[in-house]
Amino acid sequence: MLTPEREKKIDELLTRYPSSRSALLPALWVAQEQYGWISLELQKYLAIRLGITPEQVREVVTFYSMYNERPVGKYHLQVCCTTPCMLMGSDDVIGYLEKKLDIRRGQTTADGLFTVSQVECLGSCGTAPMLQVNREKYDENLTYEKVDALVDRLRAQAEGGNG
Amino acid sequence: MAEPVRVVSKRFGIPDSHTLGVYLEHDGYVALEKALKSMQPADVIEEVKKSALRGRGGAGFPTGMKWSFVPKDSPKPKYIVCNADESEPGTFKDRALMENDPHSLIEGCLIAAYALGSHTCYIYIRGEYGWVQDGMDAAIREAYEKGYCGKNILGTDFSCDVYTHPGAGAYICGEETALLNSLEGKRGHPRIKPPFPAVEGLYGCPTVVNNVETLATVPWIVQHGGDAFRQLGTEKSGGTRLVSVCGHVNKPGVYEIPLGYPMKDLLEKECGGIRNGNKLKAVIPGGSSVPIITAEEAYSVKLDFESIGEVGSMLGSGGVIVMDETADIFESTFRLVHFYKHESCGWCTPCRDGSDWMEQLFDRIAIGGGRQEDLALITSLGKNIEGKSHCALADALVWPITSSMKKFPEDYQRAIERSRKLLHEPAAV
Repeated sequence: MLTPEREKKIDELLTRYPSSRSALLPALWVAQEQYGWISLELQKYLAIRLGITPEQVREVVTFYSMYNERPVGKYHLQVCCTTPCMLMGSDDVIGYLEKKLDIRRGQTTADGLFTVSQVECLGSCGTAPMLQVNREKYDENLTYEKVDALVDRLRAQAEGGNG
Repeated sequence: MAEPVRVVSKRFGIPDSHTLGVYLEHDGYVALEKALKSMQPADVIEEVKKSALRGRGGAGFPTGMKWSFVPKDSPKPKYIVCNADESEPGTFKDRALMENDPHSLIEGCLIAAYALGSHTCYIYIRGEYGWVQDGMDAAIREAYEKGYCGKNILGTDFSCDVYTHPGAGAYICGEETALLNSLEGKRGHPRIKPPFPAVEGLYGCPTVVNNVETLATVPWIVQHGGDAFRQLGTEKSGGTRLVSVCGHVNKPGVYEIPLGYPMKDLLEKECGGIRNGNKLKAVIPGGSSVPIITAEEAYSVKLDFESIGEVGSMLGSGGVIVMDETADIFESTFRLVHFYKHESCGWCTPCRDGSDWMEQLFDRIAIGGGRQEDLALITSLGKNIEGKSHCALADALVWPITSSMKKFPEDYQRAIERSRKLLHEPAAV
């Protein structure tokens, strides 16, 4: 189910720990990188791959908020709204994004490009308000202009096919 | 005041400070060589004890003492685990450290491993810091290539592997036993203590879990001596530490200060004062979990474990959240309640259900329908949550509420009045 390079990566992960179960979190990242989310099928595959039970995979996928249990947009815009960001106007930023993309938080645009989520503290409190696209380096000190530029850039990237 | 000594941030701002070459030009791996070639493991622990270094993650436990709890005669392997799951709201110093100076963390891990007879270190990095983990991995690769990691380090018979490990978005994994469960590939539920990790930690083996900054401080202590470090701070809180300041100041950011440094100076000198010339209203001095303090207290307090304790709060993770007169303390606390409810791992009923009820109460006050009695209900609910769970997350939910109700009662009263009005007035369309 995974590309040869990703299979190799999982082989390498398995050498790091005395217990194969320990490789589960990094292996889930490798899988999510390829598919964008973790399907039940993928969970079963990883269970066999690591020699653990499907339940042991499932309990982890459902516990950690960053593993997507259903498909999300190509660009997952995760806006931090915890207190330090709230003090600096994160509610305005997420509201602006919702209006701009015509979706509510938790939803995906019809073209499948963007999902907007409200997330908890991302550790970027000194550069608030901020958001994270997928697992990329943060976009910080946001203004409406910066949000516009970011969305334009991502749209262009998707059209260019090099996203 | 003399130019303050910089310990953990001394390489910040140097071009390419994250590379091995630049690290070596600035005292890099000098302490590791000193420890391996001229010190016994017990000497290293002794220096760390002398330094009065206390954990920089939040709890402030003396590091040397933590290390000395590891049994020396255990036949099991021992593990060093670095807690890089930085996720306490208001805290962003460990990210700065790993981005600017990854090798100091690697060197700290290796020295700790040597002192404790360990041959494996795991650096557990929060899932969102994907690029930070990539940077750490690149630094570790460089260290392996030049013989600072792996087999027979620097030609000695000491061998040690260092790996990074990603989390996946769970605040609770910053709690050390939850982190160990997560590292074992399980849900991040905290374990009952004792046994403490030093005796029974990762895979049931003796394990030391230390914060990023704590470990990154160790090379300086080994190089310059524990006494030299201690003298930078106060008697009980040795040395310097990083604080991360956010909120309504002109220059938020990460600053290194000697322990005992006045909060007023931090806010006015380092951070350039409160934004727009506004008045200071409140400060959360050590990450969102610690009790809030008033402007008056903030201007009189010193940044060390003891002085902040006197005003009923804690130095915690060094995350300083600053609020000016425009902040509504009910609203800022409500958002924290939402945070803790979201992050409760669900294991203990008082925390899982209590945090949910607490959020519903705050929500009712916020959207309309709150009653005067709700304030007493919040207090009573808090009493039934605090101290009744495996780990400190439940306390971290309650402390910001009780402290803010006590210190800013007018904000809560205003929220109740607003709430009553909302109920009786038709909603604006």
